[in-house]
Amino acid sequence: MAKTKTVYKKSPGLSDFPLSYCPGCTHGIIHKLVAECLTELDVLERSVGIGSVGCSALNYDFFSFDMFQAAHGRAPAVATGLKRVRPDTMVFTYQGDGDLASIGIAEAIHAAHRGENITIVFVNNAIYGMTGGQMAPTTLVGQKTTTSPDGRDPKHSGFPLRIAEMMATIPGATYVERVSVHNPKHVNKAKKALKKAFEIQKNNQGFSLIEFISTCPVNWGMTPKDAVDWAVDNMIPYYPLGVYKDRTKEDNA
Amino acid sequence: MAKVLMKGNEAMALAAIKGGCDAFYGYPITPQNELPEYLSKHMKENGRVFVQSESEVAAINMVYGAAGGGARVLTSSSSPGIALKQEGISYLTGAELPAVIINVMRGGPGLGGIQPSQADYKQITRGGGNGDYYLYSLAPESLQEAVNLIKESFDIADYFRNPVMIAVDGLIGQMMEPVDFDQEIPKWDLKEKTWAADGMRGKRDKNVINSLYLDPQDLEDHNYKLLDKYNEMKANHQRYELINMENAEIAIVAFGSTARIARSAIEMLEDEGINCGIIRPITIYPFPSKAFDEIPASVQDLLVVEMSTGQMIDDVKIVNEGRYPIHFYGRVGGIVPEAEEIVNKVKEIVGEK
Ligand SMILES: Cc1ncc(C[n+]2csc(CCOP(=O)(O)OP(=O)(O)O)c2C)c(N)n1
Ligand code: SF4
Repeated sequence: MAKTKTVYKKSPGLSDFPLSYCPGCTHGIIHKLVAECLTELDVLERSVGIGSVGCSALNYDFFSFDMFQAAHGRAPAVATGLKRVRPDTMVFTYQGDGDLASIGIAEAIHAAHRGENITIVFVNNAIYGMTGGQMAPTTLVGQKTTTSPDGRDPKHSGFPLRIAEMMATIPGATYVERVSVHNPKHVNKAKKALKKAFEIQKNNQGFSLIEFISTCPVNWGMTPKDAVDWAVDNMIPYYPLGVYKDRTKEDNA
Repeated sequence: MAKVLMKGNEAMALAAIKGGCDAFYGYPITPQNELPEYLSKHMKENGRVFVQSESEVAAINMVYGAAGGGARVLTSSSSPGIALKQEGISYLTGAELPAVIINVMRGGPGLGGIQPSQADYKQITRGGGNGDYYLYSLAPESLQEAVNLIKESFDIADYFRNPVMIAVDGLIGQMMEPVDFDQEIPKWDLKEKTWAADGMRGKRDKNVINSLYLDPQDLEDHNYKLLDKYNEMKANHQRYELINMENAEIAIVAFGSTARIARSAIEMLEDEGINCGIIRPITIYPFPSKAFDEIPASVQDLLVVEMSTGQMIDDVKIVNEGRYPIHFYGRVGGIVPEAEEIVNKVKEIVGEK
């Protein structure tokens, strides 16, 4: 009998519930990374995820551990409330750019500002996916959406918000990095960043946010392949990847 | 413990600590600021959580997080702040989470003023946020009653898995009165919070705190489950007090501070030979319909007195189904009616006979 070796299997952090994302959407990859990191850090049994509103609204079904569903934008406040009474839980929020950069910007900024010992998984796909492709604060200049039919005009709607850069200026934030999941190399890099963020929380070192450059092939009106290329060619130049803040280094210095 | 003289807001804060409150999240607004100020010091001393949030919206969502994790949580505010909390309150009820919310009401609409009011009655008793839901709402008339009800409210919230609102006005928040913190309060039969989402820890399957039901049938079922709870509150948990009703010609219907002022008014009326009683709702949701079934045959008229232009009068009309002529006296703008004003209104009604 030929010997078999398992080289890859689904993370125990994910449930058997089928994902509801469109083909080619990178939300699924980001879920996988969250599940793998929490499993590898051996904290699944004490993890609580705070889902938000957007295409990932049903993610309480997709993860295999305790979850909350929070109101649009309020996940960082919900996470704060929970973490303060249950400091031994691993608490993360999972938020889209409409959720975090628009309606919930205050909650996100102030959670960082208070230095809450939580992790924010921020998924930037430059559009509102779930409601059918409206303009987000992160929509690129010239990008066409259902509410910027002629392309985003900064004179009318301002320039796209750079969340990682902005959050890095907040004194209370410990770790902020922007990553992308457009190819396997970057998926691995993204996982390292996310794992570091969770480790920081595990070590009670405070607030971390990982911004993921993500895709929305359906609302961008592209094939999955073109969507990934579009993200690389258009999003990454405006939203450069990298570590924007790392106070763990300062703490050690 | 002997009686201690305390300011209303501080006494209510201490009552929450005595009621087993694990965490407070709130945002400043007059006239309730002494409450979070007191807790900012004393929650810490008692090894509990206090966070001043960035907004009322954040505060109530922090409450959602902590309540979902199984803690006993409090927030307090005053009218414009409670208006902002409506989003979170709707989510709390949808996800069936217990929490205690103290509303030290002030005049409105809008920024209004900072003086006492009861003009949030409809917002409190009709839901206020989106969807079909109600808050179990208690309206004490004195500091002692407020203290007792706040201590008990954490049990009530846990029992129903629903937020409880303590509705007082700025007068109760700002006055000083002697209070005994050790009076007996009813004990509720509580179950373990096996539904809380605070980490599985090898002991159970995963828990989800959620108010989303995309399947309409699931949502209808959920709404009917909530309705059962509200019907149970109506059937078995109405609270009210009947004062001097035996031979009353006129019954004043008033809650909170106005009921207290009505007590002085009925004494003054007695001196003038007019027999007047008081129906005092203690729960404003569920509205105490049963109190109106106990009205003696001597009663000719009902007089509703409120610090609003007449928000509770609708409920009085609904439960009476046309049985009595209903009169109204109210003051707004933060003006507290004086006993003489109520006396004059009663005399006017009697004079018209
Ligand atoms: C208070 C409130 N306003 C609006 C909505 C409608 N809504 C649902 S999802 C969404 C946008 C979500 O976009 P994003 O956070 O970018 O997530 P995505 O769907 O792109 O993953 C909006 C506006 C809502 N659910 N609640
Ligand atoms: S609409 Fe866009 S963001 Fe939402 S699942 Fe589909 S591709 Fe992903």
